[in-house]
Amino acid sequence: MKFGILVNEGPYQHQASDTAYNFVKSALEKGHEIYRVFFYHDGVNNGTRLTSPPQDDRNVVDRWSALAKENDLDMVICVAAAQRRGIVDQGEMERNGKDASNIAEGFRISGLGQLVEAGIQSDRLVVFGD
Amino acid sequence: MSMLHTVNKSPFNNDALSKCLQCAQPGSSILFIEDGVYASREGTTFTDSVKEALKDKQVYVLQPDLDARGMNSSLIDGIKTVDYSGFVDLTTEHDSVQSWL
Repeated sequence: MKFGILVNEGPYQHQASDTAYNFVKSALEKGHEIYRVFFYHDGVNNGTRLTSPPQDDRNVVDRWSALAKENDLDMVICVAAAQRRGIVDQGEMERNGKDASNIAEGFRISGLGQLVEAGIQSDRLVVFGD
Repeated sequence: MSMLHTVNKSPFNNDALSKCLQCAQPGSSILFIEDGVYASREGTTFTDSVKEALKDKQVYVLQPDLDARGMNSSLIDGIKTVDYSGFVDLTTEHDSVQSWL
């Protein structure tokens, strides 16, 4: 079955990102397809490569990146939410005249249409948030 | 149309569970995750409403979230536990998923 996943909360503040990660991991292990993981609102904070959590804690961002790499996941960050929160890729850096980018491996920035499309193309859309 | 309702808030914090119970139709299922697992306990002010829901709905609770909160006793009779694999199965067994946040 094809799943669309919506993550509306950032890492560490709330369990939503952890639950979404565990759900996606389990769904993949069971042979399901993840059509897209869409990060919206504070969920865009899952996609900055500049986090350095303590070594004895889980690294939420790296964990998503690794899962994406292993399974060729499409992980999309909402552009409007990202601009407000300082999640920047090369294109956004140039467009908005910023001096750095910080997007983590495996994530890409795009528009809300990607969420709508995921809702249409997936058999189930599962929402994780606060 | 069968629906899976997920509740991720403690009923002692906000009214996500109450709203869910008002809307959930007979034959649908409710899954408690994250802080929602506090609703699965026997002997709270919400126990009666969960028992009422159990009369015509399936009620599940995510075991890893019970474990994380040290809640391995006093589960309301009739509530079934699932792991993440069971969570995925529930989403496939129902036509749609409504997350009460």
